[in-house]
Amino acid sequence: MLEVHHIFKTYEGKPLLNGISFKVDTGETICLLGASGSGKSTLLRIIAGLEDADAGFVSFNDVNLTSTPPHLRDFGFVFQDYALFPHLNVNENVAFGLKMRRLPQNEITQRVASSLDMVNLGVFGSRQVTDLSGGEQQRVALARALATRPRLLMFDEPLGALDRTLREDLLNELRKILHQTNIPAIYVTHDQEEAFTIADRVLILHDGEIVREGTPADVWSNPGSVFVARFLGLGNVVDGRIKGKMKEERWKVESGLGVVTVDCGHKHSKGDNVHLLVRPLPAGNESNTIQGVVRDIVFQQDRFRVTLDNGLYIYLPGTPKMGEKIEVRVKVECLA
Amino acid sequence: MHQNLSHTPAPAGGAGGDTETRRLLNFSVLSVSPWLKRLALWVLPLSFLIVAFFFPLSRILVLTLDPKTITAANLRLTFEVLLFTFYQATLSTILTLLLGLPSAYLFARYDFRGKSLLRALTAVPFMLPTVVVASSFSAIFGSRGLFFFLFPNSAFSIQPSSFTLILLAHVFYNTTIIIRVVGNALSSLDPKLEQAARSLGADSFRLWWNVILPLLRPSLLSASLLVFLFDFTSFGVILLLGGSQYATLEVEIYLRVLKLPNLPLAALLSIIQLICTIIFSVIYSYFSSRSTVQLTPRSTIIKPKTIEQKLFVASLVFLLSSFFLLPLCALPFRSLFRLEADRGQRGDVQYGLTADYYAELFVNRRGSVFYVPPMRATMNSLGYAGATVIISLLLGFPAAFALAKPTRLERLLDPFIMLPLGSSAVMLGLGFIISYGRYLTSPWLVPFAHSLVALPFVIRTLQPAIASIPLRLRQAASSLGASPLEVWKNIDFPILRRATLAAATFAFTVSLGEFGATLLLSRPEYPTIPVAIERFLSQPGGLNYGQAMAMATILMLLTLTSILLIEKFRLPNSGEF
Repeated sequence: MLEVHHIFKTYEGKPLLNGISFKVDTGETICLLGASGSGKSTLLRIIAGLEDADAGFVSFNDVNLTSTPPHLRDFGFVFQDYALFPHLNVNENVAFGLKMRRLPQNEITQRVASSLDMVNLGVFGSRQVTDLSGGEQQRVALARALATRPRLLMFDEPLGALDRTLREDLLNELRKILHQTNIPAIYVTHDQEEAFTIADRVLILHDGEIVREGTPADVWSNPGSVFVARFLGLGNVVDGRIKGKMKEERWKVESGLGVVTVDCGHKHSKGDNVHLLVRPLPAGNESNTIQGVVRDIVFQQDRFRVTLDNGLYIYLPGTPKMGEKIEVRVKVECLA
Repeated sequence: MHQNLSHTPAPAGGAGGDTETRRLLNFSVLSVSPWLKRLALWVLPLSFLIVAFFFPLSRILVLTLDPKTITAANLRLTFEVLLFTFYQATLSTILTLLLGLPSAYLFARYDFRGKSLLRALTAVPFMLPTVVVASSFSAIFGSRGLFFFLFPNSAFSIQPSSFTLILLAHVFYNTTIIIRVVGNALSSLDPKLEQAARSLGADSFRLWWNVILPLLRPSLLSASLLVFLFDFTSFGVILLLGGSQYATLEVEIYLRVLKLPNLPLAALLSIIQLICTIIFSVIYSYFSSRSTVQLTPRSTIIKPKTIEQKLFVASLVFLLSSFFLLPLCALPFRSLFRLEADRGQRGDVQYGLTADYYAELFVNRRGSVFYVPPMRATMNSLGYAGATVIISLLLGFPAAFALAKPTRLERLLDPFIMLPLGSSAVMLGLGFIISYGRYLTSPWLVPFAHSLVALPFVIRTLQPAIASIPLRLRQAASSLGASPLEVWKNIDFPILRRATLAAATFAFTVSLGEFGATLLLSRPEYPTIPVAIERFLSQPGGLNYGQAMAMATILMLLTLTSILLIEKFRLPNSGEF
C-alpha cells in the first residue's frame, strides 16, 4: 500500500503542493485530476523519486522511501511522450527493466513476449521504436513498465498526445490490464472523462491541495465545491441567497432563477450567500424550473446543448426553435 | 526579377545604374540560358581553385607516382612517420576526451556563476594561431618559462617533456570541440529517457552505460574524429614545441622541403596525409549527419546541490579556468617580464618587469640587408591579411550565391571547394613551390595561399546567410512597391552585411595566424608575424625569446580582437565549424 504523507513543494518560490496526503490500496487505481500547472505531475515525480519534496514523505508497505533512489523503488512510470529509448528496438525497450534486474535471458524473452501480447503488440518485437505510430509507441511504453511487474504503476498524462478514438480504445485496454494484473496505479490527467473512466477513486488537485476525493459516481453526484463543479463542467453555477428554511435540510433560496427550493445538509441562516448548481438535464419530477429565450443551439451527437438568454445552458433531446421561450424542470443543488 | 537578383555575383557587381537600365540588364541576363548564368558565378572561384589547388595537387601526385619516389627507404620512413602521427593524435584525442567529457557534462547539466564566461574562455584557443598557443605553453612550461623560474630546484622543477607539452597544447586547442558537440547532444537529450531508465531500475552507472552513452555515440564519435583530424594535421604546435625530433607527417614534409630537401619524399608524405584526412573527413561527416542535435536544449539544468555535485563543479571549474587562463595570461606576462642574464654576462638571472622586448622589435640589430625590423613583420601580416580578405571575398561571394541554392551538379562541387580545408597547409605550400617555384620571389604567393585556406570559411559563413533570405521576403518587399534595387538595398544588403563582415574577419584572422604555408612561401625580406616568431624561437638568447613572446602577444591581441568582431557579426545559429 502506497502512502503519501504531507508532501510540500514550492516551485520558483511559489507553493505548488501544500501538504498532500493520500493512500493507494492494492489493486486500486486512483486518478489525480487537476488543471495544468496544478502540480499533479510534480507530485507523481516525487512519488517516483525523480524529484525531492521540500517536506513530507512517501512510504510503501510502511517503509519510508525518502532515501530510496528511484531505480530501487520498483515503481513503473509511463510518460506522456512515451520516453522510449530511440537506440533500442521494441523488444530491447521492453527488456530494459528486466536486464537492469539481471534476470536470466530465457525469462527476459518470455516476459517481453507476454508483456507485448498483453498490449496487443506481439508481432512488433523487432521493429524500431521510431517506426511506430504514437499509439503503438505508448503500448510499448506500457509493456515496458508492465514487464518488470512493478509494485506500483504511474501514468503521467499517458494518452495526452493521442487522438480521441485511439485514446478511448487505449483507455479501455488499460483499464482491463490494470484489473487483470491487480497492480495499484496512480493516473495523472487533466481530462475528467479519462479520469472517470479509469479511476476507482478520483482526487481533484487545486491550489496545491486535494479539494475533493471519492469514487467517480460520488464526485459526480456531489461535487462539494464551486471549483469542482465548474472544473468538471457539471452544470450552471449561479449565486443565491437564503430566504428561509422550509423544513429540516430544505431551504428556500432567492437567485437569478427566481425563488427555488433546495435540499441541503449545510447549516444556513437567512441572508447567507450560497452557490447553486443547476444540473443541465431535464428532470421531470423536480419542482424547480429554469426558463428563458433560446439563443443558441449546438448539436452534440444524441442531444442539443441549448443556451438561454440568461446565460444558462441545458441539454435537450429535441431541438427547440431559436427565440422560443422555454421552461424546463431541473435539479438544483446547493454547493455551499 | 528579384529571383534573378539572388544570382547577381557580388554586391560590387550589382552596383550602379538607375532602375530602368537595371531592369533592362536583368532582362538581358534573363534571356541568357540559366546554365551560362550559373557558370558565370563559378568562373572565378573554380579557376582559382584549379590554379591554386588542383594543379599543384596534380603536380604533387605526379611527383609521388614517379617510380623513383616509391622506394623501400622512402616507404619505410613514411610508415614510421605515419605511425608516430597516429600515435600522437590518438593520445591527444584520448586526453582531450578525458578533459572534454566531464566539461561537456558540466556545461550541459549545471548552472553556476561565470558559466558563460568560462564556456567562452574554453572556445578561445580554437581560434588562436598555432604560434600563439605554442608560445603560450613555452612561456609557462618551456625551459625559459615561468614555471621553471618559479620552482627552479623543487619537485615542480621536473620540466614536462616537449612531447607532454605538445599533447597539452592539443588538449588546450580542441577541448572546446568536445564541449560543444557532445555538450549540445547531452543537453538535447530528453530528460524523460533518463527518468524512464531510472524508474525501470537503472542505477547511475547503468544509466550512463545503457542509455546516455549509446545515445551520445554518434556525437561522441564525430567530435572525437574532428579532434583527431586536427591533432593529426597539427603543425605549428609540434614544430615549435617539439622541434624536428617529433616528426609528424606535417613536420616531416616541412623538413623535406626546407631543411633536408627531398621534394619527391615530401610529395609522397603529403599525398599519404591527404588520403588520411579525406578518409577521416568522410567518416566524420557520416557520424555528424547521424548525430542530429536539436537546437532547443531540453534537459534540465540544475544548480549543484549535494556535496558530490558541488565538489565536481568546483574542482572542474577550477581546473578548466586555470588550464585555459594560465597560458593566455602567461604569454603577455612573460613578454613584459625579464628572465635572463644581462647581455654578455654569465651571472645571475635578472628578473623584473621590462618593456625591452617590445622596444627591441623596432630595431634592426644585425644591420643586415635581408633582416628587417620585426615590426615590419606586423605590417606585412596586416597587408597580407587585407589582400586575403579582398581575394577570398571576391571568390567566396559568387560561390556562396551559387551554393545557397545549389543544383545537383553544384552539390557535387561542394566537397571539392572544402578540400583545401582538409589538406595540410604545408602541403599547399609544397604545391605552390613545385608548381610556381619561379615566382617564389613574388610576395603575392602568400596571400593567394592564405585565400585558399580562408575560402572555405568565407563560403561557409556567407552561404547560410544568403540562403536564409527567403524569396518571400523579396516578393513581399516588391509587392509593397520596392524596386529591385530597393529590394537589394533594404533586404539583401542589411542581412548580408553582418555575414560579409564576419566572413571578412574570418579571412583576416586565418591569414594573420597562417603558419604552415607561409613558412614555406614567405621571402626572408617579407616575414609575417608567425614566421618572425618562429625565427626568434629558433635562435638562442633571452632577448630573442623575449621578442618572440612580444610578437606572439601582439598576434594574440590582434586575433582576440578579430574573434570578438566575428562573434559580434555572426548570425545566431549559423556557421558551425
